[in-house]
Amino acid sequence: MTGQEYAFVVLALVGTVGAVRLVTAKNVVHAALYLVVTLAMVGSIYLVLGAEFVGWVQILIYVGAIVILFLFGLMLTKAPIGRESLDNQQRGLALLVALAVLAGLVFLIQDAFHWGDRKMNLVHNTTGEVGRSIFQHYVLPFEAVSFILLAALIGAVVLARREERE
Amino acid sequence: MLGDYLPVLILGGLAFAFVVASLFASSLLRPSRPSPAKLAPYECGNEPVRLPKGEKFSVKFYVVAMMFIIFDIETIFLFPWAVSFRKLGLFGLVEMAVFIALVFVAYVYIWMQGGLEWEQAPRPMERTAAEGEQEEELLRAG
Repeated sequence: MTGQEYAFVVLALVGTVGAVRLVTAKNVVHAALYLVVTLAMVGSIYLVLGAEFVGWVQILIYVGAIVILFLFGLMLTKAPIGRESLDNQQRGLALLVALAVLAGLVFLIQDAFHWGDRKMNLVHNTTGEVGRSIFQHYVLPFEAVSFILLAALIGAVVLARREERE
Repeated sequence: MLGDYLPVLILGGLAFAFVVASLFASSLLRPSRPSPAKLAPYECGNEPVRLPKGEKFSVKFYVVAMMFIIFDIETIFLFPWAVSFRKLGLFGLVEMAVFIALVFVAYVYIWMQGGLEWEQAPRPMERTAAEGEQEEELLRAG
């Protein structure tokens, strides 16, 4: 095994343990903190795979911002604590669904991967490549993103106003 | 490419080793005589209380966090744009200008709505505007 493979195994193990603890935690705040571990490991795996830009964006946006938003949401709603109130007691069914999703993903990913050519060329200047593909080929989706951001922000303000007045 | 991260990894490892070593050393050197008073979380001489009950956490924090995410994402898009700016030319510049203008609209909207104000004194004009909005929504919903 190469160093890259060792790194992947360690990161994947830590991420999996974090994910399991995330869904079994009795306190939602702890669950949010386990989410940090899992998302950080996913970001690190992107780095190991050579997707530098995506990896750092994952860490910056998900670990840095989304989890903060989760924690604020938890503080606002005073989420309940304890297994009875968090768990809908459908673990068997959840396990089944999770395994089905896993099987689907494994099938799709190994299907999309080119097993034939042994040497995959990694793109070096990933940030520049991402920029060129967004701004030359995916112009419309990119501009649509700004509309989504606009809608999200206005929606947040409208909901917050309602909350404040109650 | 991954080799570039080796110094970062080494730095992280050294920092972790330093923490472990200093905690271990201090646990060897310091005397350990705990008492209930020493172990209590100190809060200006008051009895430590649990979470404030009934008091509402201001929703403004949530709006600020939301704004942070939105502008964080905007910045993320600026980064690959800036890296390949010369290859994109004028078209790229116009694209980014449209993008920033649209997100700026959201910023102006929040500013106008008083979402950036922390004082608890909404001006009468704002209140009526918010009320009008809510009525409109109720009409749409019902």
